[in-house]
Amino acid sequence: MKALLVGEFRDGKILPATYELLTFAAKLGAETVMFLAGREDMLPHYGGKLYLADVSSVGEFNPDGHKGLISQVVEKEKPDMVVFSHSSYGWDLAPRVGLALGAGILSEVVEVEAGGEFVVPACNAKLRRRLKPKTPVTVVTLQAGAFAAASTMEESPVVEKMGGGSEVKVTFDGYVMAEKAEVDLGKAEVIVSAGRGIGKPENLALVTALAQALGGEFAASRPVVDAGWADHSRQVGTTGQSVAPKLYMACGISGAIQHLAGMKKSDFIVAINTDRDAPIGEIADVLVVADLKQFLPVFTAKVQAG
Amino acid sequence: MKILVCIKQVPDLESRFKINAQGTWFEETDLAWRMNEYDEYAVEQAVLLKEQVGEADITILSVGADRVVETIKKALAMGGDRGVHVRDAHSYEKDPFEIASIIAEYARDKGYDLIFMGMQSQDRGSAQVGVLVGEMLGVSVLTTLVRFECDGQRVRAERELEGGLRAKVSAPIPALVTCQLGLNKPRYPTLPNIMKAKKKEIQTVEVGDLLKANARIETIGMYPPVRKGGGLILEGDVSDLAERLLGILKEKTTVIR
Ligand SMILES: Cc1cc2nc3c(=O)[nH]c(=O)nc-3n(C[C@H](O)[C@H](O)[C@H](O)COP(=O)(O)OP(=O)(O)OC[C@H]3O[C@@H](n4cnc5c(N)ncnc54)[C@H](O)[C@@H]3O)c2cc1C
Repeated sequence: MKALLVGEFRDGKILPATYELLTFAAKLGAETVMFLAGREDMLPHYGGKLYLADVSSVGEFNPDGHKGLISQVVEKEKPDMVVFSHSSYGWDLAPRVGLALGAGILSEVVEVEAGGEFVVPACNAKLRRRLKPKTPVTVVTLQAGAFAAASTMEESPVVEKMGGGSEVKVTFDGYVMAEKAEVDLGKAEVIVSAGRGIGKPENLALVTALAQALGGEFAASRPVVDAGWADHSRQVGTTGQSVAPKLYMACGISGAIQHLAGMKKSDFIVAINTDRDAPIGEIADVLVVADLKQFLPVFTAKVQAG
Repeated sequence: MKILVCIKQVPDLESRFKINAQGTWFEETDLAWRMNEYDEYAVEQAVLLKEQVGEADITILSVGADRVVETIKKALAMGGDRGVHVRDAHSYEKDPFEIASIIAEYARDKGYDLIFMGMQSQDRGSAQVGVLVGEMLGVSVLTTLVRFECDGQRVRAERELEGGLRAKVSAPIPALVTCQLGLNKPRYPTLPNIMKAKKKEIQTVEVGDLLKANARIETIGMYPPVRKGGGLILEGDVSDLAERLLGILKEKTTVIR
């Protein structure tokens, strides 16, 4: 078994998720080679063979071009599997590479099992699917954090430089940073967070009142921010802030993986949810099964009363 | 301008799921169905583009059992012009490659300038179908968009990366774009538009006429994950719940004084 690992380089840095690919390969017992569009003076801590395309000529984000380069490596190395992170880079590129190779594609793998089977989540992590590719070559993307990176060793790769242009349709015209922040959630000891379960913007007051009573900040899940009910700087998750307060209270939040990624390191997690099976229950220290519209006012009053 | 929007009907995720007899998917009876959230942004963006350019024709396509016609009607009420129902009572047994092949087979040679899709579905979340369809058709593919503009020649957009970062990207049309949450504010169909949508044509195509590919992934099984978390579950009367939670927080955390 041989795996081609596709590393990730963004905004001048190698992303740590690159090392999660190694954990996955080790679990499979696979021999590895790596591809990276990166820089020669910034090599990954990796002891194997690295196909390095110079990022200043092939670009950090260039899906058509990177597809061509990865296909060249596949031609030479004949791997059984091509492995990406399930990230904005990986989920964009993996299907392109998979189609070019005629490969079966598995997205967001969380576990590998005996017999060449892979486990992926479904229905907001309420269910899991066990899948098996039917093709000789497989392309997979790995859920962030599912294969925690081992501490990296001071190894350096054997570098083989590559380049070569291919037809490019999509062009990358630079990064845009998130707008100026209304709040720094990182400082709060208590965060009370509102999800879509609040139903309407008026109910946000129930959450802010509790946050105030506890001397903390209020935050939100993505739908609440997308709806314009809260500032983006209050969004917790992969595309927002990562927080680790002493107490995190998730009110009407289902617990999607992208939300959990931003708050699972909190010391103590309480969830208020009408759905007893909500995936947030998986990481909550306490799941209160209740309608937040009824529960929050009563609870806030008790906190205020001391 | 010719526009195609591909949408999927998904179960309400707050449902209680039961595994089906074959053990490979969930039981579909007793579920409430709705439009995949990501696809609502795709429909809205297509309608906004039509409003901007004036002359455009929007086809709404969905693959699935007869129930998906309801979701096609919703998209028509949001502003789609015509519907295509690719009838397939077994779409849930197909892998993303087969679904993409079906859609690409339908779209090929129809001259769509733009194809809009959600970046992923809420039930399977593979994020593959859009990219595959675009690559099969040989058009530009831009994914995970949170901003979209089109001047009739090129798409200029922003795609969302992790941690608040965005990438500015552009590509010539014809193009397929996949829409991320927050791209726009999907409209609610108004009553007059719901009435108008009833008169819009929905063509039915049998999946057998479009399916020319074989699956590349086999489903071995589906199951609920074993709960690892040993968290406490509190149920009961609200006042009692509040009292108990306060007690727990006083005992287990230092934030309540
Ligand atoms: C690439 C990508 C990045 C993303 N980044 C983020 C991110 O950074 N942050 C983020 O949060 N999401 C992110 N998401 C979205 C994420 O997948 C989920 O869609 C989102 O987290 C859902 O938010 P929610 O839990 O508030 O809503 P839902 O999933 O709709 O859940 C609402 C919950 O409220 C409960 N509820 C309903 N009514 C009540 C009531 N009256 N009382 C109590 N409970 C009630 C329901 O049972 C349900 O569990 C991202 C998605 C993608 C694809």
